[in-house]
Amino acid sequence: MSKLLFERSVVGRRGILIDPIDVPEVKLDEQYVRQSKPRLPEIGEVDLVRHYMELSKYTFGVDNGFYPLGSCTMKYNPKLNEATASLEGFANIHPSQSLETVQGALTLMDDLSHSLCEITGMDAFTLQPAAGAHGEFTGLLLIHAYHKANNDTKRTKVIVPDSSHGTNPASAAMAGYQVISVPSNAQGGVDVDALKLVLNDEIAGLMLTNPNTLGLFDPNIELITSMVHEVGGLLYYDGANLNAIMGTARPGDMGFDVVHLNLHKTFSTPHGGGGPGSGPVGVKAFLKPFLPQGSLVKETYGYRFLDERDQSSIGRMRSYYGNFLVNVRAYTYIQSLGRDGLKAASQNAVLNANYLMEGLKDTYPVTYPGTCMHEFVISLEKLKKETGISAKDISKALLDYGMHPPTMYFPLIVHEALMIEPTETESKETLDFFIETMKKLHDLAYSKPEVILNAPYSTPVKRVDDVQAARNPILKYMF
Amino acid sequence: MAGYILNTDQERTVMLEQIKRASLDDLYAELPSDLKLKQDLNLSAGQSEFAVMAKLKALSSQNKVYSTILRGAGVEHHHVPAVVKQLSNREEFVSAYTPYQSELSQGVLQSIFEYQTQMCELTGMDVCNASVYDGATAAAEAMQMVVERNRRVILMPENMHPHVLQTMRTYAQWANIQLVDLKTIDGRIDLNDLQAKCDANTAGVFIQHPNYFGLLEDVQEISRITHGIQAKLVQYTNPLTCAYLKSPRALGADIAIGEAQSLGIPMSFGGPYLGFMAASADLVRRLPGRIAGQTVDLDGKRAFTLTLQAREQHIRREKASSSICSNQALMALVASMYCASMGPQGLKEVADAGLRKAHYLLQELEKIGFKRKYEGPFFNEFVVVSPIEHSIIERVCDEMDILAGLGLSSHESLWCVTETTSKATLDQLIARLKEVIQ
Amino acid sequence: MEKYYATSHEWVMQVDDQHVRVGISDYAQKALGDIVFLSTHELGDSVSFGERFGDVESVKAVSELLSPVDGVVSKVNTDLEDKPELLNEDPLNVWIIEVEGQVDTSRLLSEEAYLALDKDH
Repeated sequence: MSKLLFERSVVGRRGILIDPIDVPEVKLDEQYVRQSKPRLPEIGEVDLVRHYMELSKYTFGVDNGFYPLGSCTMKYNPKLNEATASLEGFANIHPSQSLETVQGALTLMDDLSHSLCEITGMDAFTLQPAAGAHGEFTGLLLIHAYHKANNDTKRTKVIVPDSSHGTNPASAAMAGYQVISVPSNAQGGVDVDALKLVLNDEIAGLMLTNPNTLGLFDPNIELITSMVHEVGGLLYYDGANLNAIMGTARPGDMGFDVVHLNLHKTFSTPHGGGGPGSGPVGVKAFLKPFLPQGSLVKETYGYRFLDERDQSSIGRMRSYYGNFLVNVRAYTYIQSLGRDGLKAASQNAVLNANYLMEGLKDTYPVTYPGTCMHEFVISLEKLKKETGISAKDISKALLDYGMHPPTMYFPLIVHEALMIEPTETESKETLDFFIETMKKLHDLAYSKPEVILNAPYSTPVKRVDDVQAARNPILKYMF
Repeated sequence: MAGYILNTDQERTVMLEQIKRASLDDLYAELPSDLKLKQDLNLSAGQSEFAVMAKLKALSSQNKVYSTILRGAGVEHHHVPAVVKQLSNREEFVSAYTPYQSELSQGVLQSIFEYQTQMCELTGMDVCNASVYDGATAAAEAMQMVVERNRRVILMPENMHPHVLQTMRTYAQWANIQLVDLKTIDGRIDLNDLQAKCDANTAGVFIQHPNYFGLLEDVQEISRITHGIQAKLVQYTNPLTCAYLKSPRALGADIAIGEAQSLGIPMSFGGPYLGFMAASADLVRRLPGRIAGQTVDLDGKRAFTLTLQAREQHIRREKASSSICSNQALMALVASMYCASMGPQGLKEVADAGLRKAHYLLQELEKIGFKRKYEGPFFNEFVVVSPIEHSIIERVCDEMDILAGLGLSSHESLWCVTETTSKATLDQLIARLKEVIQ
Repeated sequence: MEKYYATSHEWVMQVDDQHVRVGISDYAQKALGDIVFLSTHELGDSVSFGERFGDVESVKAVSELLSPVDGVVSKVNTDLEDKPELLNEDPLNVWIIEVEGQVDTSRLLSEEAYLALDKDH
């Protein structure tokens, strides 16, 4: 592995220099001034470049290879998006410039919001939330504000299915709700009977992904949304899986009142090793008055941002208006694909997933057979029982074939789960290679399990000791 | 027009045959038919790369890019070294997912570890997370770090960035946290008011230093009062100033948070930015979000991994203190590269340049009839009362391709100077303003 | 002395007239995997039957510790602060807290009954 920046440091060495400061010195009172320098690396430019070149070599992105991470929609991130986001007129404008001087940015934001409304069947969008979980929290605050405005104060509970992502219950708790979990039925959908049992006038809302985390479109969706509406609850759509249905079906038409999207999934903006993302939230018209401060609205006289004067607003979710440059990328993507391209993207994502499932299903049991949407889940429970090889082991072995493994151990309701989402931007050859590799590893699990247990072999480091990391945390460099 | 789809029609036919489907539409056969869209989405048709670029260029040209920026208020204009721009755009970094698979992600994990170390060095803290969305959400998340079962009150002064205060209020509303305003005198925290409001219910005191108006607070005294009642002191700060000023830890803070946009991140019309959160060692398990740690691999080689994950939502679900599931990894990488490219001396010089140029600008403004609004010591931002309406000054600046300080009221404005503005430009501005005022 | 078990997988054992010790079962440590951190109520805190007195963390899971006894914490096993793995190594001999209180066998399972339950897992 490479040296750390601090290990490359040489006292007195300089990288980037600034102009000499051509105004008089200022002496602040000593009580304010730092006495010793921070131990930042002292490094020359060429060494800095070599350091990061090395780190980049030890990092694996979509641009390096196949990345079938279920629920993460790791599609290709078009370079055009990067080019537009780095235009000076977007990257170098101050967020508090007067609105006359940023009309291009506002037009783009407004146009993007309209496109997202059309794609999801909603009436208004705020682009402020910075990521999916932030969007969830925003959406739940909107629901809370709505009930409060109706003096409907006994609604203290939010329902989430047991297959949901951990952010759902965590966001609900942050918005002050008690979380009720409902089980999934044998087909992986919401168990309608179980739902019936928990529905009453204490329910503020239900959070759902559809297609769900198993990659299945819930055939009862309209029944579910109408049941929740009947008791006065609202419907929250987690847009994690929108990549399956663009141009074919819309959450707004299914009965959802609030949705969040992950622009870093469906709309091709890069994940950046963990962020920045963007998690815009869309609402039906009756929730518009509650949108966060910092959301863009168009009045007859022009654009403005909601502020403290908009008293029914849930308040501000973060500084300014959102991850603008991420939104520029998503806008670029929508412009490139257009109505037909978006629909084709979803259709081909579903085709690729079904093709992959067909190729794997005789080797690895598929949790819920039938047509999947953009992803599906296989269970390695039997393999583990018979060979001792776990989902994690197979995942680690995949690394040696230049592929990122699928999502492991999620959803929690499937044992030894691997959740596979190929996306539309992968070719048949890539899918075939994945199928072939997975079959090979399956055989190997029976014939030479020790080979898999010690994988990976080709990565810069071998299996990493997570236990030691957690027991004796070393969270910064020890000088 | 582009779909970034690789399969040819012929391949699609083969694939459909394999899965025994007649057409792409057939894949959606199990959807309730009344939910299926009957017509195309009402969006424009796809466009070529050339056409999209032209459209986006046209939009971007409707935004004014100023050559000189004398406005900060939480977002500063700094020179971003070419090496930082170039390297942080490496495809591997940009297109990677969260580094859950450590063996394949050592590069990004190491970069987070280096970022955490650098932020600890700047703030004087023991631990730092892998970052959160921005400064305002860092402050909101920090509230959960300080509250205890029976201590739910947080004191915060009005001289923090308004977006930070507003975001804290939003996050507090259903979290059973009570926010109490602290008074200020002459732009700085009223220590008597602080002393009076501190009691056994106070969980934490939040301050911004240098504050929203650029003024330096008496943090050591605030720390003494806060710790006198065993509450936690949370300092919101611009990490660039920490290269010059005493670190939050040295001043007595338990938690240092803030917006790190000043470390090489462009102004970007508000985002993406970089919220940092650093704390003393005893608070490590209260830090939200991801943290990278050092460990070893099977062969005993140094390796890095995301650690202490049992704090996070994917394990703790509704019992997690935060639902945050991403960080701003790419922005943290930029900040880390920026710090490394400048080094301790360079970073100090950048901070010093802002300090000195801001004082120079104020001194020259005072010569032509502007008055300082607040008397206390300040760093690279200050508030003035202008002899003419600020809107006129803004227009004059605009004509000179300068973004003026931020108007706070008709005659009051908040100015910020960084290393990017030369003395010559400041002199030209003063000369022009002098003409206008006379 | 004999151990009694709660269905939430904690054991409790009377150590003298006034004190009991509390730990977790072998099944619990296996289910959690490598334990990396433990947090518990402190000396002098009261605990009540079925209520949380701490958390135990492994790399990929966290579980609440529920008290199998009513009383006041009289000792905390500080060895576990630095070596939480002791719970994996010897769960039945490593206690987590000592409580001033009495084992209430009417609300608990005998070792035999608990182990029978364990087989169903």
